[in-house]
Amino acid sequence: MPTFWLVALLLALSAAGYNGGRRRAIATAAGNVKDLHSLPSYYGYHVALAAFVPSIAALAVWLLAQPVFIETRVSGMIPAEAIPESSSIGLVMSDVRRVAEGLDLAVEQGLLTPREARNASAGAQDLRALMGEVGVALGSKVRPEALSAAQAYRNLSQNGRDAMTAVVALLAIGGFVFAYMRIHKDFRARNVVERAVLALLILAASLAILTTVGIVLSMLFETKNFFGLHSWTDFFFGSTWAPNFRGGSELSILPLLWGTLYISFIALLVAVPVGLFAAIYLSEYASGAVRAFAKPLLEILAGIPTIVYGLFALLTVGPALADLFGKGGLLGVEWMAGATSVLTAGLVMGIMLIPFVSSLSDDIINAVPQAMRDGSLGLGATKSETVRQVVMPAALPGIVGAVLLAASRAIGETMIVVMGAGAIAKFSANPLDSMTTITTRIVSQLTGDTDFASPETLVAFALGLTLFVLTLGLNVLALYIVRTYREQYE
Amino acid sequence: MTDLSQNTSGTVPRKHGGSLLEQSPHTKKRNAAETRFKAYGIAAIAAGLLMLAVLVTTIVGKGTGAFQQTFVTLQVDLLEQKLDKKGNRDLADIKKVTTFGYAPIIKGAMTSVVEELGIETGLKAKQLAAILSKDAAAQLREYVIANPDQIGQTVEFRFLASSRVDGYLKGRVTRASIERDKNISPEQLDIVDALAVAGALEKTFNLDFILGADASDARPEAAGIGVAMLGSLSMMLVVLALALPIGVAASIYLEEFAPQNWLTYMIEVNISNLAAVPSIVFGILGLAVFINYMHLPTSAPLVGGLVLTLMTLPTIIISTRAALKAVPPSIRDAALGVGASKMQAVFHHVLPLAAPGILTGTIIGLAQALGETAPLLLIGMVGFIASNAPESLADGLLAPNSAMPAQIYEWAKRADPAFYERAWGGIIILLIFLVTMNTLAVILRRRFERRW
Repeated sequence: MPTFWLVALLLALSAAGYNGGRRRAIATAAGNVKDLHSLPSYYGYHVALAAFVPSIAALAVWLLAQPVFIETRVSGMIPAEAIPESSSIGLVMSDVRRVAEGLDLAVEQGLLTPREARNASAGAQDLRALMGEVGVALGSKVRPEALSAAQAYRNLSQNGRDAMTAVVALLAIGGFVFAYMRIHKDFRARNVVERAVLALLILAASLAILTTVGIVLSMLFETKNFFGLHSWTDFFFGSTWAPNFRGGSELSILPLLWGTLYISFIALLVAVPVGLFAAIYLSEYASGAVRAFAKPLLEILAGIPTIVYGLFALLTVGPALADLFGKGGLLGVEWMAGATSVLTAGLVMGIMLIPFVSSLSDDIINAVPQAMRDGSLGLGATKSETVRQVVMPAALPGIVGAVLLAASRAIGETMIVVMGAGAIAKFSANPLDSMTTITTRIVSQLTGDTDFASPETLVAFALGLTLFVLTLGLNVLALYIVRTYREQYE
Repeated sequence: MTDLSQNTSGTVPRKHGGSLLEQSPHTKKRNAAETRFKAYGIAAIAAGLLMLAVLVTTIVGKGTGAFQQTFVTLQVDLLEQKLDKKGNRDLADIKKVTTFGYAPIIKGAMTSVVEELGIETGLKAKQLAAILSKDAAAQLREYVIANPDQIGQTVEFRFLASSRVDGYLKGRVTRASIERDKNISPEQLDIVDALAVAGALEKTFNLDFILGADASDARPEAAGIGVAMLGSLSMMLVVLALALPIGVAASIYLEEFAPQNWLTYMIEVNISNLAAVPSIVFGILGLAVFINYMHLPTSAPLVGGLVLTLMTLPTIIISTRAALKAVPPSIRDAALGVGASKMQAVFHHVLPLAAPGILTGTIIGLAQALGETAPLLLIGMVGFIASNAPESLADGLLAPNSAMPAQIYEWAKRADPAFYERAWGGIIILLIFLVTMNTLAVILRRRFERRW
């Protein structure tokens, strides 16, 4: 039974449970609702929750665990000598999965009867042609080991699905009956339901932890695989980024890191002065009307999706810079080869970060107590002297924190650099050169046909983990600076 | 500069008993610094606003063209000997005629309209037909298959013009720029001019761009964003169905029930960290967990929705907690005072009062998710042609599709500049969605937010 219908069935069952539980509660109190311990609806919720929650949890766990279980069982069936020289168990398994999927599709489209699919042998029919017909492309002829593994795979997943349906249905009906039988007019339904709801709330809140763990584990796992295939010294200390899908790649993060930091530096060079002065003007000088007009308009810049900035970099800023600095350009210099460059991406990213810096700094400057300004002005300082010598030093830790947060945003930004920065990994100090970044390489290594057994693909996970650690580090540092050096006025 | 020369000439900065009405050089200097400082601030704001203005004018200026398209109106003879040789109107036989079989009919229609209008030309019929989009034959074939009884008649059709012709009418393609273009020649443009004068060729509003499907590299004129829009919509449904309940539940726990212990601390730290994790990392998570591990279908809006759910959860949780916090404790106390349990106080009283704030936060979170691109690249929502609209809800969630920002990225990557116009046009549509959602959030906040 497809999962969708199973879930629909569970929903229907719990709706019925709500109704039934409510009625039974009223019936046990002989129609006198006042005799019940809880409101009638709580009895209904009790049955509905008992029928729905355990079964849906079992369903989720089963769906998560089944692939791993089948994978280990099936890959254990493939003998080591059946794996070709140039291949690995992972590749063979992906073939097996594809054959199994192809057989499923063939049955679904009526090209094979279920019995034929079960008994198909590598020699009898041209399976590869058949697979092609249902839209599953296979690289080579189906080998007998792969086919038998695929049969086992299909069997196991079919059995697994049947067992899952049975277990989930049993749990649902069991929960329903158990809860239904417990209903009595003295049964403390509200307390039970409230405890269950609290547990659900805790579960929802814990999802945040689960997500972080998921992120870290998924990347750690593949990064470990990557370091099994590629030397970690080359990754961290090499100097060349030259992926080659035929092997012998040099995959060093340093040139990418240089590009990332260079672009982020230019972005901050644009965003920090503009954002900071805008914040100072808005909080110290501007009249209410100007503030009410300019602040929301500036913040629009923060709400624009990054794809828009990316397109702006690719199609407007890049060509404009190329017209200025490129071959046959207005300045008559030939410093730029194409439209993509560090400066293109940096400028556009700077625009994106202006509101980020300005609104954070604005909040921080506003948090400096008015008494300090009044004191300074009272001593005869001008407004700008007050800002520079009193407000700024007081707000400095917060502003440094804001700049670090902006830097972390710049390092993790993807679309602008994918579209504006170019694809050449190198160490160059020329801002008009095309360079590449960590995020750009993650995208290019993981899009298109990827093979999760090659270091060229897996390197993306190592890059992702580095990026995660880097941005997390910057955020923690920002928080630390704000906490430690914040002046406490009150 | 003047200050400098005065100082070097040896004047004392401030004489005792100097006039109050006359500013000393020192004061002048300080006042100049003040003016300069203020000017920097104004310049910064002006720079920011200028960027915004440039961005908006660029988008509008370059994108509005996508909403208009050049069409050619032709009288087409649906010749029986070409389309239905046996003459028995058997649909199976008619379907055997490929789009190639329709090419002569289109050529004929083009030649006859040129002759009719009395335009002198040395161009062959094939070059005349090249003024039309490659889509024309398919359009004709579709029509004939749907209306086999029309074979043998003369029917009026509106065909898309090819993208070069369209660009010529929009000013993107000029006679100078096509010198090396193999796809169109100045003679063809002469015909285009003549057809435009005669009214057979005109530029009109193009609904197909908004509602239609993407088209292959060779037919930029036929590409539309409609299917990608459905893909985005399916993802938003997933995000709404998952992120709203989970986010609200998590916020209720953290705000109303959570004791001060290490678990609560861990959760809070994690939420604030997740809000700052780069979006591409969520894409890696989606690829590793949902596609590689759970074997969910690649490019499916369901997977995109799951990834975006995880990404928007922190946003929703943060705004929901703020909304819950804004409900004064007296409400809870009153409910508890008349005998409600804590759970009842929260669900019956606090939550409804916080609902407008929660809704506002959710809409803003959704708007953020709608514009997000990077994670979608990793789960494969680019790189193919989203040509078929999903047939059902399940299909919409599980069949490969694109999403609006991914579609825009896809167009921006293609080589033909005609696609760039589509990309800008797509951005206008995307921004219309975002502006509408944000306006809705602001209106909700203004209308329903209560100050206690």
